[in-house]
Amino acid sequence: MAKMICLPRFAIQALSWFLLTLAVLSFAACLKRGAQKELIVAGSTSIQPFADRWAEIYMTKYPGRIVNVQGGGSSSGIQAARSGAADIGTSSRELKPEEKDLTEIVVARDGLAVIVHPSNPVSDLTISQVRQIFAGEQRSWKDFGGRNRAITVVTREEGSGTRGAFQELVMGKVRITKGAIVEDSNGTVREIVAGDPDSIGYISLGLVNSAVKALNLDGVMPTDANILENRYRLVRPFLFVTKGPAGSEAKEFIDFVLSREGQDLIRKEGLIPVQ
Amino acid sequence: MKKHNLQRNEKFTRLVLLLFAFSAVAILAVITIFIFAEGTPIMFRHGVKKFLFGLDWYPTEESYGLLPMITGSLMVTLGALILGVPFGLACAIFLTEFSSKRLRRVIKPVIELLAGIPSVVYGFMGVVILVPFIRETLGGPGLSVLAASIILGIMILPTVISISIDSLLAVPCAYRDGSIAMGATRWQTVRMVMLPAARSGIIASIILGMGRAIGETMAVIMIAGNAISIPRSILAPVRTLTSNIALEMGYASGEHREALFATGVILFIIIMILNTLANITSARRARKK
Repeated sequence: MAKMICLPRFAIQALSWFLLTLAVLSFAACLKRGAQKELIVAGSTSIQPFADRWAEIYMTKYPGRIVNVQGGGSSSGIQAARSGAADIGTSSRELKPEEKDLTEIVVARDGLAVIVHPSNPVSDLTISQVRQIFAGEQRSWKDFGGRNRAITVVTREEGSGTRGAFQELVMGKVRITKGAIVEDSNGTVREIVAGDPDSIGYISLGLVNSAVKALNLDGVMPTDANILENRYRLVRPFLFVTKGPAGSEAKEFIDFVLSREGQDLIRKEGLIPVQ
Repeated sequence: MKKHNLQRNEKFTRLVLLLFAFSAVAILAVITIFIFAEGTPIMFRHGVKKFLFGLDWYPTEESYGLLPMITGSLMVTLGALILGVPFGLACAIFLTEFSSKRLRRVIKPVIELLAGIPSVVYGFMGVVILVPFIRETLGGPGLSVLAASIILGIMILPTVISISIDSLLAVPCAYRDGSIAMGATRWQTVRMVMLPAARSGIIASIILGMGRAIGETMAVIMIAGNAISIPRSILAPVRTLTSNIALEMGYASGEHREALFATGVILFIIIMILNTLANITSARRARKK
């Protein structure tokens, strides 16, 4: 008898593990269906960390409410708002004309800083000079009063909201040079520029630190004050997008985001409030 | 009765194990079908030739040329082999022919430990140490074909060394003894007897190392610079097929996403070719024995 049980023990064990997993999964699924409806906020990965902070405070303030923040990128956020997969879509670029049928609310502004190594003698460029550098037309710092060294251009990957905003605000129809180094986050762009004395890149203004130097553009320093007075030009909106007017739950969250408390939160994180 | 039961249990066990075994095959099949189903339509829509030989990768403007990435992958892989294979082979020859058994017992496991270091750690070391070094001594941005080749060359060492050692050890002792007995020096023995005899195993080790190098993603993204142009020198930045997928995956939607799957299809085909080559050479080795 003992022998008989011995033989297929492994098989039985494996099977029971399998069944156990199934049971747990279905139980979890049941639980989820039983829970109250959650608010889904999805889209731009630039907005995601800030939306996470808002959601966190909002959920502690109103226990029982659930806000689920997801990434995916601006385009997929807008798509999700249209299809109803998300209650609120987030976008870190302006809506395209064909997307204007959706309702948009500006919840914050973010400056884009053009950054170089702190040791770089150049600290002032015009926007058209920046365009020439990123297009690969000007290849030496010497032409801008810097050292006689080749410029290393650092950009973001295709599809990134930050790149989209930079393309729109600086490059227009001109393409960023193919020889540019491509990094996949604000942080790595900053890391590369902080390490290479001849490099130039662009990142969200809130993420500029002492390891890099933000350039003055057209003679205007990238400061919050200059952005509020519309003097600094590289500013992109952070948008919440809904299909038609926001539902009651979504509206409460948006109201919280636009409230003094919500706006103070992002001011501390380095964004420019809209209120 | 008891015997009957035992037999039934045996059958049952066999069935369950068979099911598990086939699930691995099924997973491979599902992945293959999925990649091809997602990736091939766009290739035929825009023309396979444009994908393979197009120079412009502007996925948001519907221009999907993968040639820079294909050459990029091949360049860093070739660079890794040029740097890694002589080192690995030299190490394998030393450990099998010129060192004591005791030394080999210590060194071989240590080399195999290299294989256990996560690739992100290699990438990090590359960014922190190798890239600034190249930038300061050789010029250029540092993030380059050279940096990626060096790091990948180190990453393939364990594969090349341990398989080469195994194939050198598999050569019958009589070969070596015979050669030495005829008055050949150690080096002559290695060069004219051992290496030719172990040739197919060594080739297999190189091809497996190549597979590792071409498939590596994380370390390459961190140190290669990912520019979408064909590099003019080994100091210029470069993008590989794997990094192309990993870099842009996060934001891609629609056709852009399909184009990344198409990148995967091309990578898949290249790796299949390499694996087949490896299988053929090792099959030949098995037949020889």
